[in-house]
Amino acid sequence: MTAAPLPARRRTELGLIILAVILTGGLYALAGFGKAGNLPANIGPFLVILFGLMVVAHVAMRRLAPNADPILLPIAALLNGIGYVFIARLSPHEARLQAFWTFMGVAVFIVTLLLVRRARDLERFRYSFAFVGIGLLLLPILPGIGENINGARLWIHLGSFNFQPGEIAKLALAIFFASIMVERADLLSKGTRRIGRFLVLEPRYLAPIVVAWALSLVIFFAENDLGSSFLFFALFIGLLWVATGRAYYLALGALLFVVGSYLALHVMHHAQSRVQSWLDPWAHASTSGYQLIQGWFAIAAGGLFGQGPGQSSAGHIPEASTDLIFAVIADELGLIGCSALLFGYLLLVGTGLRTAVRCENPFEKLLASGLALIIGVQTFVIVGGVTRLIPLTGITLPFVSYGGSSLIANYILLALLVRISHDTETPMAPLYPAESVGTPV
Amino acid sequence: MNRQIRLLGAGLMALFIGLFVQLNYLQIVHANALNTNPLNGEAVVKEYTAQRGNIISADGVTLASSTPTKDQFKYLRSYPTGSLFAQITGYFSFTYGSDGAERTYDKILTGKKSPFRLPTSIQGIKSLLTNNNVSQSITLTVLDRLQKVAQSELTGRLGSVVALNPKTGAILAMYSNPTFDPNQLASHNLTQVAADYKAISHQTGGPLDPPAYRQTWFPGSSFKIITSAAVYDHNSALANQVQPTLSALPLPQTTTQLHNFAGEVCGGNLLELFTVSCDTGFGQLGLTLGAQNLYDEANSFGFDQVPPLDLPFGAKSNFPSVASFKDNLPTLAYSAIGQEDVQASPLEMALVAGGIANGGDIMAPHILDHVTNSQNQTVETYSPSKWISATSATTAASVTQLMEAVVNSPNGTGTAAAIPGITVAGKTGTAQTGTNLTDDWFVAFAPAQNPTIALAVVLPNQGASNDYTGGAVAAPIAKAMIEAYLGSATSNGSTPSTVSPNG
Repeated sequence: MTAAPLPARRRTELGLIILAVILTGGLYALAGFGKAGNLPANIGPFLVILFGLMVVAHVAMRRLAPNADPILLPIAALLNGIGYVFIARLSPHEARLQAFWTFMGVAVFIVTLLLVRRARDLERFRYSFAFVGIGLLLLPILPGIGENINGARLWIHLGSFNFQPGEIAKLALAIFFASIMVERADLLSKGTRRIGRFLVLEPRYLAPIVVAWALSLVIFFAENDLGSSFLFFALFIGLLWVATGRAYYLALGALLFVVGSYLALHVMHHAQSRVQSWLDPWAHASTSGYQLIQGWFAIAAGGLFGQGPGQSSAGHIPEASTDLIFAVIADELGLIGCSALLFGYLLLVGTGLRTAVRCENPFEKLLASGLALIIGVQTFVIVGGVTRLIPLTGITLPFVSYGGSSLIANYILLALLVRISHDTETPMAPLYPAESVGTPV
Repeated sequence: MNRQIRLLGAGLMALFIGLFVQLNYLQIVHANALNTNPLNGEAVVKEYTAQRGNIISADGVTLASSTPTKDQFKYLRSYPTGSLFAQITGYFSFTYGSDGAERTYDKILTGKKSPFRLPTSIQGIKSLLTNNNVSQSITLTVLDRLQKVAQSELTGRLGSVVALNPKTGAILAMYSNPTFDPNQLASHNLTQVAADYKAISHQTGGPLDPPAYRQTWFPGSSFKIITSAAVYDHNSALANQVQPTLSALPLPQTTTQLHNFAGEVCGGNLLELFTVSCDTGFGQLGLTLGAQNLYDEANSFGFDQVPPLDLPFGAKSNFPSVASFKDNLPTLAYSAIGQEDVQASPLEMALVAGGIANGGDIMAPHILDHVTNSQNQTVETYSPSKWISATSATTAASVTQLMEAVVNSPNGTGTAAAIPGITVAGKTGTAQTGTNLTDDWFVAFAPAQNPTIALAVVLPNQGASNDYTGGAVAAPIAKAMIEAYLGSATSNGSTPSTVSPNG
């Protein structure tokens, strides 16, 4: 006997999942028509498996997080489904792998919900998370260290599937940042005293921000990964500001970002070519600007309504299924379709932030903010890069791009948001849900 | 913290608004510039690799078709009839774009402009969702067998033939020599294409600018059709007035005289002047009619306008403005006989004959007959329309009598076009181009009572003796065309090589 009858929101969730499956199935059918002129041969199994998988996740939520927000899972299902359709349209081989990773993602989603029965419990393992996170981040630099990190080695074995440790690391670090900042929020905000007219921080409280900045630069220099580096830095500064309310940190973050960018630009050829091809891609149309320009052509070819699923020639763009998948979607679904996709992300981010606002536990509040921030900033960095709003950096479009580690990480992120949402919406959540029998509040 | 979280939400929203703005810019505002960017190889190749339908002649001969290839261009455009229809179908080249019907009907051939109909079958829904099988074929009004007659008649000679149906404006044949082989320009061997294009464009006669509708010459005496129509329309008493018999007409404002061709002496009423193509008589008629009347008549027959032919870049035939005659009356006399600055395209002169043949109304000339979809169903049919009212039915009937006399009177200049059993109405033209050369014309229609074919033949840059006149060199070609068309039209199937008109 459960503590309370299932809220109506689970029924809402099931309805939205059905809608997401119908939308994905329709898109899959259209892409088959557009590309080959007939229905995809596996449309039946595709729909059954997709629906089955999402229903499994839904049933798991009924048992493990019955009070969570009903939007989160359907949106993820829709984004994942749209991504799969476009990957299948570009590369059937990658689609098979992506299907496998989707299975794994849903499994990890359920396992995460099973293991993390209360999000605030994560706070206790913050140094483990810090250790794992930093380790994962540095793993590509120091391959030997992989043996010393518990559990990491298993993931590296799956590395033949293009595993990026940084994807998991950002979650571990988000948990670590959230917990450490909640604890030290007072020190970080009120620990500063006005001396005369100036606001001065004690150097030891400044240390973490400098460390984070240095770490992001290290990632950048060593791994040529501007996207992850920026995401990581934005997460840190964002959480620091949310925790303390000090605009001072935003200014400091912006200053450090400028200094870091300046250093990178003057030291690294890679960064120079990225920025050059951003400022004037036409001058490098066949070299560093090629990918960007081809992406632009594809986006422009889409127009308002798109060329129709499966009907564009966007497959020739380098990294079409990963970094540039948004250009392919914009080409085939047009402004209307890709705007709808962006609204999907906005819904996800908005739901995460709403959860954060309603949440009472400061750690969970901060963690939910951080997770929403990750999705929002990551989407902005890659879509902004593809559309040339900002320099193009290699980073995945959450739930949509091809890539196992990215999908796994995003499902963990989703599970954490679901968990926090459930905790927030459950009045006086009992310490151990399994023992909360027959004690109405 | 809630304040910061809300601000964070607002900040992320602002970033996304930036994305929406940028997407609107790329996909709507700037899209056209990107789509047509020369670096956008995909767009160019995509345009070029779209499946195209066939172009078919009215008698069922395939003039252009596409065959699948394994290279990046996907389809090779080929023209089975070679140079015969080059100036009608035009060409479809990766390097040089397209011309002719390939250009005018590009969107129809590729199916980009197809009449939208609600799908009524599974197949229809399928083709709506698919980018395959949207191409459409076009059937033209031109006849392969008539085109072949024009080709053989013009062999070895510079010249153009335009034949049309005066009642519908449908072009029946339109051929000029020299011509070119569009297969050379459609080839996927781009270096060879560039070399061939260069060779073709340097050829005399400018085959890439189809002379039949893009080039103009002095119409000479064939313009007297219009001068005569002006007499009936503006001063009908002049038709019966007898002009003095002269070998040279004294001109106003000058001491020079207008001489008859080859020193002939002629005069008489309009019928007599027209039959022998008397220059002095028509020069006087022009002066009597006045600049305004002559200009109005030329204009109402389509001069100073581009005929609405469904092929690109048609030429405008020229008649000088009224003001230009004001202090230069001698040029009015010369203009009345189609000299001076009067310039006409072969298409325009065929339309003039068509206007007379069709009771005064000139129909809009066209080459498209109908459009068929990939399932071979007719989706669109051209419906004939009037282009301009050139003159009244009475004037047209009177001018027809004049033109019959040219061919049927013993002293007519166009007797070479006479066909036993068929009344041909025609007018010769032998325009002196000033360099001891003549542009030789024959403009005609038949049968005179119920015309089904109107045509213009021009052979530019001929010699300037009695061996080279419109009557001597152009009239026999017109005769061959009329015979070929009416001969087989009256006894269908008599020509062994013809294919059934319905293809």
